[in-house]
Amino acid sequence: MPLDSVAPLLPAAFGAPVAADLPALVDISTQFDLPALLDLPFREGYVRSIIYVSLYVSLTAVALSTLFSVPIAVVMGFTDFPGKQFAKSVINTGMGFPSVVVGLLVLFAVSNQGPLGALDLVFTREAMIASQFVLATPPITAISLAAVSGVDEGVRDAARVLGGTRLDVALVVLKEARYGIATAILAGFGRAISEVGSVLIVGGNITGADGISKTRTLTTAIQLEARQGQYGTAMILGAVLVTLVLTVNAVVIRLGDQGVRR
Amino acid sequence: MSIHRRRFVAALGAGAVASTAGCSGSSGNQDESGGGAAVAGETLTLTTTTSTYDTGLLDAIHTDFEEMYGVTVDAVAQGTGAALESARNGDSDVVMVHARGLEDEFLRNGYGVNRRDLMFNDFVIVGPESDPAGIQGMSSATEALTTIADAGAPFVSRGDNSGTHTKELNLWEAAGTDPGGDWYQETGTGMGEALNIANQQGAYTLSDRGTFISQRSEIDLTILVQGPIEDGPEILANPYGVMAVNPGVHDNANYDLAMAYIGWITSPATQDAISDYQMNGEQLFFPEAVSENPDFQQYVPEGWSGNSTDG
Repeated sequence: MPLDSVAPLLPAAFGAPVAADLPALVDISTQFDLPALLDLPFREGYVRSIIYVSLYVSLTAVALSTLFSVPIAVVMGFTDFPGKQFAKSVINTGMGFPSVVVGLLVLFAVSNQGPLGALDLVFTREAMIASQFVLATPPITAISLAAVSGVDEGVRDAARVLGGTRLDVALVVLKEARYGIATAILAGFGRAISEVGSVLIVGGNITGADGISKTRTLTTAIQLEARQGQYGTAMILGAVLVTLVLTVNAVVIRLGDQGVRR
Repeated sequence: MSIHRRRFVAALGAGAVASTAGCSGSSGNQDESGGGAAVAGETLTLTTTTSTYDTGLLDAIHTDFEEMYGVTVDAVAQGTGAALESARNGDSDVVMVHARGLEDEFLRNGYGVNRRDLMFNDFVIVGPESDPAGIQGMSSATEALTTIADAGAPFVSRGDNSGTHTKELNLWEAAGTDPGGDWYQETGTGMGEALNIANQQGAYTLSDRGTFISQRSEIDLTILVQGPIEDGPEILANPYGVMAVNPGVHDNANYDLAMAYIGWITSPATQDAISDYQMNGEQLFFPEAVSENPDFQQYVPEGWSGNSTDG
């Protein structure tokens, strides 16, 4: 049982891609930057900056949420405790929680009148990360839990028989469940990067006077274009968003495959 | 409470350090720190309306302010009601809105100080060229609305507690009509979307002139009742005001920078820049802050009298 092979997979699947691939992804997106496709009424660097903010906020939120959710899913998958079904129900309900309500709750928390007011977080990327963390955590936890629970009992028993510690067994199960967990992370990422309700409220959709985004994401930029009746440019930004999600999905799936080959 | 106390101590500490620095460091970079240096690097949060933001005015003029003081302006476009609410919660430093009634309430409740008249444009009643209710050229906005209501012609309302929505409700009230029924639709959207909805449904709507001009090329609606800029009724005037968040209520409000902003935006140079700002060859906003005969009434709520508060 090559337990060692799990170790390199873990940072690759969870922590590392966020740091390593963020600039790379932005580079990719700027290569097919839009002047080539269409003459958009945007200033130099505008589209690039909203792509950057979108990725920065959503990838950070999903990375933090993964570090939080996957251990919970593993622990829940391995133990039986009273109220486990209820806890599952709560998590599943969280998957359907409206993003605009999450935005309001986070706003109440970070507003200068709220409990975290002293931190001055309102209309910042950190507040946006907080709200997307709340949004991404239920799907990541629920789908990871399903993946972990779905690992064949025999695999766990084999790991135990071979003298694995509890941690070893957990790592084996994680490895077996990696596709499910990758799906969970992608589902969380999809929820985070596509939501508009909460980032609009807590982020404020701000760009500088020079047209560089501070808290404007692709989704809030689309919302702004739609508000102004610029449906054409809104659609193009929508296409950029879809391309971006597709790219991230491809990268994550590829990382998963590499983990197998190793 | 403990947070406040800690902040207070921190402020004391900072003050002590600053005063010591002042005593010892008489050489050094004293000459560089004139004027704007006290606020350099800080961020001013401005909550404002969609009409000032979506027309591109703020982006066009803010660069000048940012360079002058070395600061950043975060403009959050929310609509008048939400902009004032953010300020009420202490989440912004300065507010630029267009609903005098709501502004007065905001001032009266102590949340805002130092209001200045900033600029104005006007509202227009727009609708399809076919004009099913027949309001074209009417000189009274209230009469036009009553006619639309009587005809049951479709009318799109913003329904979002914005300055434009507030104006629309005031107009219905002045017309003595209570809008309702299938023909009256509250969209809860920004002005641009409301214009698009009206366009698609062949409906009437009330729009600020700026947003309508900036979008006119995309839609088939036309101005049926003019505002005061084109000799329409005075009731369709759309004055914008700017005011600072009261630092006595929210001690985290960046009052110095807010007042620097108000001073800058009401200065002759910026007022000229507002006047020069055009879209599709048309002027969108008319400056109002600089006048040989200052309007003292602007500093107090409409109809305010000093005797009325204490008996």
